[in-house]
Amino acid sequence: MLTRIVLKEGADLEGFRRAVRMLLARDVRPDEVMWVTADTPGLFGSAVDADAPPLSLPRAVRPLCEMVVCHSDPERYALLHGLIHRIARGERALLEVASDPLVHRLNIMAKSVRRDIHKMHAFLRFRKVDGERGERFIAWFEPDHFIVEAVAQFFIDRYRAMDWTILTPKGSLHWDRQALHLGPPGDRRMAPDGDDFEDGWRSYYESTFNPARVNPDMMRTEMPKKYWRNMPETAAIPALLRQAASRTGAMIEQEPAAAIKRNPAKAVAAMADQEPRSLAELNRIIAASEPLVPGGTRAVLGEGPQHPAIAFVGEQPGDQEDQQGRPFVGPAGQLLDKALAEAGIDRRKTYLTNAVKHFKFEQRGKLRLHKSPTAGEVKHYRWWLMKELDFVRPKLVVALGATAVLALAGKAMPVTRARGPAEFGGLHGYITVHPSYLLRLPDAKAKAEAYAAFVEDLKRVAAMAA
Amino acid sequence: MDPALTAKLRILADAAKYDASCASSGAPKRVAGPKGLGSTSNGICHAYTPDGRCISLLKILLTNYCLFDCAYCINRRSSNVKRARFSVEEVVKLTVEFYKRNYIEGLFLSSGIIRTPDHTMEQMMLVAKILRRDHGFAGYIHLKTIPEASPWLIEQAGLWADRLSINMELPLQQSLEKLAPEKSSATINNAMGQMHERIVEAKEERRRFSPAGQSTQMIVGADEANDEHVLRTSDMLYSRFAMRRVYYSAFSPIPQASAILPAKPPPLQRENRLYQADWLLRYYGFSVDEIASGGEHGMLDLEIDPKLAWALKNRHRFPVDVNKADREMLLRVPGLGKRAVDRIVLARRHTRLRLDDVARLSGALRRARPFLMTDDYHPAALTDRIDLRQRIVPPAKQLSLF
Repeated sequence: MLTRIVLKEGADLEGFRRAVRMLLARDVRPDEVMWVTADTPGLFGSAVDADAPPLSLPRAVRPLCEMVVCHSDPERYALLHGLIHRIARGERALLEVASDPLVHRLNIMAKSVRRDIHKMHAFLRFRKVDGERGERFIAWFEPDHFIVEAVAQFFIDRYRAMDWTILTPKGSLHWDRQALHLGPPGDRRMAPDGDDFEDGWRSYYESTFNPARVNPDMMRTEMPKKYWRNMPETAAIPALLRQAASRTGAMIEQEPAAAIKRNPAKAVAAMADQEPRSLAELNRIIAASEPLVPGGTRAVLGEGPQHPAIAFVGEQPGDQEDQQGRPFVGPAGQLLDKALAEAGIDRRKTYLTNAVKHFKFEQRGKLRLHKSPTAGEVKHYRWWLMKELDFVRPKLVVALGATAVLALAGKAMPVTRARGPAEFGGLHGYITVHPSYLLRLPDAKAKAEAYAAFVEDLKRVAAMAA
Repeated sequence: MDPALTAKLRILADAAKYDASCASSGAPKRVAGPKGLGSTSNGICHAYTPDGRCISLLKILLTNYCLFDCAYCINRRSSNVKRARFSVEEVVKLTVEFYKRNYIEGLFLSSGIIRTPDHTMEQMMLVAKILRRDHGFAGYIHLKTIPEASPWLIEQAGLWADRLSINMELPLQQSLEKLAPEKSSATINNAMGQMHERIVEAKEERRRFSPAGQSTQMIVGADEANDEHVLRTSDMLYSRFAMRRVYYSAFSPIPQASAILPAKPPPLQRENRLYQADWLLRYYGFSVDEIASGGEHGMLDLEIDPKLAWALKNRHRFPVDVNKADREMLLRVPGLGKRAVDRIVLARRHTRLRLDDVARLSGALRRARPFLMTDDYHPAALTDRIDLRQRIVPPAKQLSLF
């Protein structure tokens, strides 16, 4: 006896799943089933019991079914049932045998559906209308298969903040920036017949075509003619093809001509001169640039006289520095001030800057937590630092902490071992700790010792730069 | 659309079309935020022009005014081509409006060099920055990078763009010196090297910098470089700079051509063969030497694809047993693509393959037949026939009078 299964028109994955569970539970063979589709499935044929147990099938079956149920071939459900029947009856690896005639056929069907989906993503064109909620975009498209629901997520992901409608002969989609509504088949006349940007788009299409490489077969393979009537740019194709040969001939025959305009020799010579010429110019570039670390709100530039005896390079501005726009004004800066005074160095006569010019931080509630810059980030800023020191030309440059060492030396070195005099590519230098390190030491005795050593370092620096 | 803007678009699209790159794939997966626009995909071609090439991105120049004088380029300063210049806002507007109508996947922006390389690069970077920051644009952005621009501009461009590219232009250093006096191989190589370093570092440190990597383009047929030169250069670019793609652009006749260029363009088939060879290099385990050995005098065979050319000259390695051969050897069978080989390897775990089975797995059995055997088929003497090439190569098409 033939079992008659009635599913909804279109891609009825849910109905098919329930039907297959029932058919396998009752051990009905594929050749004993007749699959039909109807607008109102409940009215004809045998009802499908809702509660047959789920089937455990290899993972690859589901995505194949999802594609194949969209196919317009009326045999699709019977073929899929045949496949699942064989898998459930022992051929667990059937889908891996792509050479099997049934698997081969289903793969071709799935491919055809995937291609249809891909072409709908690609060739659908929206036209704008102005409604009471502002802009609204409407498209008319004619897919081969039942893919309207399958493409919805793509257009939502892409056009989430737009109101849009997609009309097709197989159903329609409506998105209102919040929710998706599925609607009945649409009609071409419900879509607008033009859009302000279509002449511009057609102009682009015409101009980006190269008449010397004409290859209409390739175009038709990738963009079959059936799609053309809903794509505004394709109206240009006949004329482009007609004129291609004569345009190419004219290009080849045209004699090389001397330039009509005079040679912009001065501008060409000036072109190479693009390096900033002063510290002020460099600072303008830095101030206008996007932070190359996450967080930073503004660039904190170097401060102090040019050609000083000593320049100090720290890691990066902190919370205070970022707010005030000046280097070394936070807690670490105040400690540095104190140490400088004890070492007999006048801060106003030194140059102070940072390896990284923006405050890198992570927002935690109200707190802006300092984050160390990565080696790559330090490298991004290094070009600026080197230019800056070129302009400032200190007698001695002091690297405060590991980040400054990395920036000045171009490679990482442990501060504890490298502490003391150093050379930074032609610049006399000195390596010591960053004052924030002193603040972080938990033990008061260690703190006092470290501070004393830091002041000793500064005294040596003062002597070296004198 | 505003007619003045359309007029500029015509000039600046025409000026950009000689760049072959069109990919919109490889970007991290993104979808539009609540107020944003756009998403990324595995690459979508939104239209095809009658030259058979796809339109994926809005490919334009910011301006075609240029201070450089590269002989092969339509926009060189001594060319009498019509000039135009977009403002940053105009490019942003075109991108957004075209994108909203589903015409494009995003923007490919290049430019002639005006004032200085830095000024030009900064304008291009600004377009990307405004799209991302002010319009929440999550579509694809490819910026053509100017090798002479300062590092800080490249750093910033990499924050906004999905892909950066620097054109190799010509495979031979001496041709570049002759045809593009303002360019230098050393600068180009150096910029590619730095770009590679930045991309690798950013990936390790989980920062955003040109997440879809870098690509490049070489012009083929504008100088005397042969295919072997071109492929050696590509091989170097892939291994040294981890290029995602090398594009080959057959030098095409341009209006206002320079007198020092070859009068005749190379056959378009040459470009096609180079792409096939490029795939053999990257996905099929072939070396440049092997590919070159299929042709003559450093040139690939224009009539047949490079894999078939190699197989015809290495017949002692065939026929290959589809049921036994390892993957590497299957990949060398003409007519068997990577997907077909994957399917063969998977299927033969469960079953013995016959010729009919292979026919269902490969779309090009006619080409593959002389080089493989199955349980029910052996090509016997076919593999060694002297006229094998003639049997496989389709007869030349009759000229049509239409």
